Amino acid sequence: MKAMFIAFAAIAVIAVGSNLILGQVGFSSQDRAAGSAVRLDD
Amino acid sequence: MLRALIALMLTLSFFSVAQAQEAETPVSDRSATGGAQTLEDILARQRGEEVDNSFRSESIGDPDSAAGLANQLGTLGGASDPELWRALRFGEANITASNNGPAATTLVQDGGMRWLTFRQGPLISFAGYLLGGTLLLLLIFFLVRGRIRIDGEKTGRKIERFKAIERIAHWMLAGSFIVLGLTGIITLIGRKFLIPLFGHDAFATLAIGSKWVHNNVSWAFMIALVMIFVMWVIHNLPDRTDLHWLRKGGGIFSKGHPPAKKFNAGQKLIFWSVIVLGTSISVTGLALLFPFEINMFAATFSKLQAIGITHLPGMGELPTTLAPHEEMQYAQLWHALVSFVLIAIIFAHIYIGTVGMEGAYDAMGSGEVEEQWAREHHSLWVDEVKAKEVETPKAPESATPAE
Repeated sequence: MKAMFIAFAAIAVIAVGSNLILGQVGFSSQDRAAGSAVRLDD
Repeated sequence: MLRALIALMLTLSFFSVAQAQEAETPVSDRSATGGAQTLEDILARQRGEEVDNSFRSESIGDPDSAAGLANQLGTLGGASDPELWRALRFGEANITASNNGPAATTLVQDGGMRWLTFRQGPLISFAGYLLGGTLLLLLIFFLVRGRIRIDGEKTGRKIERFKAIERIAHWMLAGSFIVLGLTGIITLIGRKFLIPLFGHDAFATLAIGSKWVHNNVSWAFMIALVMIFVMWVIHNLPDRTDLHWLRKGGGIFSKGHPPAKKFNAGQKLIFWSVIVLGTSISVTGLALLFPFEINMFAATFSKLQAIGITHLPGMGELPTTLAPHEEMQYAQLWHALVSFVLIAIIFAHIYIGTVGMEGAYDAMGSGEVEEQWAREHHSLWVDEVKAKEVETPKAPESATPAE
């Protein structure tokens, strides 16, 4: 049972981690599609 | 052998000629409409017949033969408005867009409606029949066969079957697969079943949550899939014992158990289903995670076309040029279809690993199985383990090195 709980915790950690990383690698729709004249953040 | 091959090729070529003749649509006389589509074209399309659209897709004007600016209609630049719209509709227009997206210059694509109707209709029905049917079959199997018990007397001794890291990888794969399955189904059936059930607002929250979980948990699935492959592939290569095991039907309905190594042929089938289908789901999933970056369906369809698979009965022509959006639509459909097949297989796996067989759950629960269970279901593996124990005793009795 311990292995199962460790695995489920790992899933949660990986999910949160990937969300943080993917936000920074430049593959968001905004990064891919918007030109330099577009200011979505401001 | 060569003669048989030639005969086969001749048969196939005759078949393709016959099919081409059948598929040939009569050339419509469009003189009355000046080359535009006729009532017959529209009616044929409404009847669901294949209409050769080339008379429209090729009629997109010709800027080179435009009338001079001062002449009549010269300002149109050689293409009338309908011709311009047709160029947009069939992806022939020369478009410059101010945004950078890979699909930015595709203004019209007509695959969306086909995708939507398939996604809302046949795809959900297929999933319902497949998953419902599988659960029903498992229930019938349980009622007929009952729980597979340990036949012999339990020894009370335990054998380690899976190490902690193997169990962690298994549960990572299992846990993420269940979460991905549930959130995927929520996404698929939301519009048709969940919005009518509890409204747009509540579903919007659920859909945003599902999307976040599905997108991010997918990485745990992919990592675990690689771990499982690396750790278990050596034990899952097919060998002669599998043939014997399969001939005996795994001993499910007969007395006695066919011998098996660490994994029997049934488990190997599960392993390879998970690896092959899981990889296919992962690749299409990545294509969906990074929109328009990974396009593989047009290329795959060209290859299938080249090896002649489209001449097989029941197969039609496959589209070999796809709009970026259509690539995504096919990725979604394949992602969902393959996932449902894998879910059905995993239903059977969960059944046999829990209620279906006494002693099976321990392998993934504590990692240690009852020796009698192991002897019945994996006799050759137990022999291997015992032989190793003799070779390398746990507590060395003498201090002399083995060499």
